[in-house]
Amino acid sequence: MNDLANYNFAYLDEQTKRMIRRAILKAIAIPGYQVPFASREMPMPYGWGTGGVQVTASILGPSDVLKVIDQGADDTTNAVSIRAFFQKVANVAVTTRTADATIIQTRHRIPEEKLGEGQTLVYQVPIPEPLRFLEPRETETRKMHALEEYGLMHVKLYEDIARNGHIATTYAYPVKVEGRYVMDPSPTPKFDNPKMHMSEALQLFGAGREKRIYAVPPYTEVVSLDFEDHPFEVQKFDRPCALCGAENVYLDEVVLDDKGGRMFVCSDTDHCEDRRAHGHAGAMLAPAAKESQEAAE
Amino acid sequence: MSTQSQIYGGAFAEPVFEAQAVFRTLMDCFARPGTIGRLSTAASPPPPLGEASGAVALTLCDHDTPVWLSPALSKSAAPKWIAFHTGAAVTDTKNEARFAFFEKGAAVPGFDQFGLGSQEYPDRSTTLVVEVEALEGGQPLIGRGPGIKNGIVIAPKGLPDVFLDLWTANRAIFPRGIDLVVTSGETVLCLPRTTKLERE
Repeated sequence: MNDLANYNFAYLDEQTKRMIRRAILKAIAIPGYQVPFASREMPMPYGWGTGGVQVTASILGPSDVLKVIDQGADDTTNAVSIRAFFQKVANVAVTTRTADATIIQTRHRIPEEKLGEGQTLVYQVPIPEPLRFLEPRETETRKMHALEEYGLMHVKLYEDIARNGHIATTYAYPVKVEGRYVMDPSPTPKFDNPKMHMSEALQLFGAGREKRIYAVPPYTEVVSLDFEDHPFEVQKFDRPCALCGAENVYLDEVVLDDKGGRMFVCSDTDHCEDRRAHGHAGAMLAPAAKESQEAAE
Repeated sequence: MSTQSQIYGGAFAEPVFEAQAVFRTLMDCFARPGTIGRLSTAASPPPPLGEASGAVALTLCDHDTPVWLSPALSKSAAPKWIAFHTGAAVTDTKNEARFAFFEKGAAVPGFDQFGLGSQEYPDRSTTLVVEVEALEGGQPLIGRGPGIKNGIVIAPKGLPDVFLDLWTANRAIFPRGIDLVVTSGETVLCLPRTTKLERE
């Protein structure tokens, strides 16, 4: 608490917060549109979530409970340091439990557990412009958004099909928000795209280096781009989580040795821990569980 | 002639936390159009500027946001109060203003006279803060759009008769358009430009 006196609450000065708050309100009013904002330098390098941190700092209050995840995990470097940052500069309560959090800052995943009305999901976004790799000029991409000219994006997806026989884009899969703006959902796996559609939680996106904020309000149509004969589909895994046995969740591959040993585990660590606490066990959880699995085989 | 105390008093006692609380209510209300938010920490601006409208000004206005005031507000102590507490410049040009304030019962000019943003930068538009008699008990309207699950009934009392026509025209030029904060006492109801309204 004594460290607090050196900073304004939540690190940012009030004028910066006001500027970001105005941008957030306009972003909510125009779902999927990227609002330019005067991104500040933060005490962490670009690419480490400076956009998400500025959004979180601007909406955070003393009664909030914060959860920070990095690729689904609460215990990786980025998540741990951002969580510690807000504990230090805002003295805010933190949690790893998805259901208890009021604000969840995330890098590249949406929690497996369904989010509710009182929750806000803040995404860290590296490149907010979905058309950037197709058209490098900002003046042009801005005009393309203004004219709703998204043919180029469909050409890109078509080229995927022509080369690979299917749409090979697996993350940062472009979506159309409320039938108007094409938006980059940040590099989340396309597995998470359906969770954005009609979500009960407010979703805010902050890109610090690129100086853009955008938003998807609750109950908003978010449709992944596709073709009639090549409909959008998410990744499927041919086995359940090795620790908790969960199916239909996003799995990370963990290499175990140099002899080809590997395991697939939930990317959402809180979801996995919660399931194990409730008695679910995967094939590789404990020796006892493993033996019984082998005996069955 | 306004008194000094009217101008220098009446701001937030705890600017950091009260501005945050007011902003969160506004954010939730913009994310869920039609819901009525109560600002737990109201400011006490000089009349005829309402409590909630004053709190919105303290929370969102500063030297970057020119403010337009209705004729009655311009003649009151409100311009000096806003200037002292937020540093925002008062402008006479409607389409330059980022925020526009109306006291209870003020005539609301056509929304298209305010900044609507451009097709490239639709965010550069005016947010109207309009105080009305009450947020309930008026002509019921059904709202649909982003942030609304199955349609929500709103019935602000004291909006101009032509409001629905103005709003429909505003909705038609999406993504351009104004956004609206309707206030009454210390309560707010927000209508982003995406909300479609129709009579029941």
